[in-house]
Amino acid sequence: MLMRRSFGEKLFDTGNTALMIGLSFITLYPLVYVLFSSLSDPQYVVQNRGLILYPHGFNWDAYVMVFKNPNIIQAFGNTVFYVVVGTSINIILTALGAYALSRKNLMLKNVVMFLIVFTMFFEGGLVPLYLMVQKVGLLDSRLALIIPSAISAFNLIIMRTAFQAVPESLEESARIDGANDWSILFRVILPLSMPVIAVMILFYGVSHWNSWFFATIFLQDRELFPLQLILREILISNDTSSMSVSVGSGDKMSIGETIKYATIIVATVPILFLYPFLQRYFVKGVMIGAIKE
Amino acid sequence: MSTFIFKLGKDLRRNKIIYFMLLPVIAYYAIFQYGPMYGLQIAVKDFIPSKGFLGSPWVGFKHFEDFFGSIFFWRILGNTLLLSLYSLIFFFPAGIIFALLLNELRSNKLRRAVQTISYMPHFISLVVIVGIMFDFLARDGLINNIMAFFNIEPIPFMRSPEWFRTVYISSEVWQNIGWSSIIYLAAVSNVNPTLYEAAHIDGANRWRQMWHVTLPGIMPTVTIMLILFIGKFMSVGFEKIILMYNPVIYESADVIQTYVYRKGILEANFSYSAAVGLFNAVISFVLLILANTMAKRLGETKLW
Repeated sequence: MLMRRSFGEKLFDTGNTALMIGLSFITLYPLVYVLFSSLSDPQYVVQNRGLILYPHGFNWDAYVMVFKNPNIIQAFGNTVFYVVVGTSINIILTALGAYALSRKNLMLKNVVMFLIVFTMFFEGGLVPLYLMVQKVGLLDSRLALIIPSAISAFNLIIMRTAFQAVPESLEESARIDGANDWSILFRVILPLSMPVIAVMILFYGVSHWNSWFFATIFLQDRELFPLQLILREILISNDTSSMSVSVGSGDKMSIGETIKYATIIVATVPILFLYPFLQRYFVKGVMIGAIKE
Repeated sequence: MSTFIFKLGKDLRRNKIIYFMLLPVIAYYAIFQYGPMYGLQIAVKDFIPSKGFLGSPWVGFKHFEDFFGSIFFWRILGNTLLLSLYSLIFFFPAGIIFALLLNELRSNKLRRAVQTISYMPHFISLVVIVGIMFDFLARDGLINNIMAFFNIEPIPFMRSPEWFRTVYISSEVWQNIGWSSIIYLAAVSNVNPTLYEAAHIDGANRWRQMWHVTLPGIMPTVTIMLILFIGKFMSVGFEKIILMYNPVIYESADVIQTYVYRKGILEANFSYSAAVGLFNAVISFVLLILANTMAKRLGETKLW
């Protein structure tokens, strides 16, 4: 639709473009600042807090310290475990539930569906959940971060909607060829639903990667801590002492600063690296979930 | 009844693989969703771990009375409602406005770039976000440095109760404005293009088209999102608050959920905090039903 723009419209367009670019800058700046600071000379960072437009006195020292730190290495490994195992279990259970509940002729379907959706709006709450986890003996074990969050009702609904969209004729012809429900799920439905599976991997994976709260309430043993908990100690309790002991006392504080930033980058980059590849899928995923709920 | 059981038996046999698939799902919901709901009964009991949920002695509404009579009751209820109300006023419309403005960008390339950038912070962990906030809002942080440039006295943002809500809401907008706009952008792209042509022929400029075509077009989505938002009204982001707060700012930062966390998990007052949690859950649920009923009355889209 081609039309001439009035002066007011031109003004609006210019203002809008400027606003959007400005907002993008505000969004990016803190992230870029963290990245540049982590690569800068610690002394400079302390003296020029908040305003670093390129890495000053470029060096990798902070990263070397981070990767030499046994606590961080262990926590990183733990997080990878929680993400990989947790997400796998999430995907398997969600797919099984979504498949079963997307079948038409299941008598108990509506009852089960109602009971699942109900949990989105009413829940037992923190303390009863904690007591339940304690009761089944998961407290202070790796499984405490995996089993109690095994299925998200919201994601199950998204996946169910996607499964329902697979044409029935495909399923019928598979059945004529002698396929049972297992092979229909794994050979017909899942291969045709890869976009939604990608979205689910992103959603579940990110939530495992970023999760810290369940770890604080369910875990005591430091050897099981995920990266986010160590990060919390460093960033918010401001405790880098365990990491910078090998440095002379004068530099101790300032190198602590850049270590902070380097740890943030180590904890954030894996996710941000993955996300542009999955972006085109997740917009679709959010839409399916929210519109057809 | 017996015919129902007969039918069910037949259904179970015919669909045995499907029911088998459903088994772990049902087990998960039974143990980790309905188990805690069953455990809520400790709100009217004095929970003794060795006696379990069922065997603990009944005390009636003692814990509720304690809570309603406590000096913290009005403080945390007020803080919860105020913080949610501010989110509703400032955060909720932000995503809609952002989507509308993004839609008006004439360059597709720029629009896609802005979108990609704006979604990004949503994927960053709260620990990192709050960590960066502490850094930027510190006395010698970026914001105070900028203010010093204009000769404004430094403000200890993270230690001032009167700044807590502003800091909380603006960081919320910073992190999630892009993500919350996705759903509205999708709705905008579903608006029938012939409506714009008709509006254009009738002499409507872009502003009027936005106001009279786009906005009504996305109204059903806005209503659904509003109902869902109200359903979450009482459970304001307590994980973020726990990361942000300290006793100095409890007076404005402490909400019901953070109080439950401190009383229940840190101080092991299980029954009392279960009662507080139940109070919160019931209010949430009632709010959700009210919002849904209201949407129905107004002839708008509804959740069920």
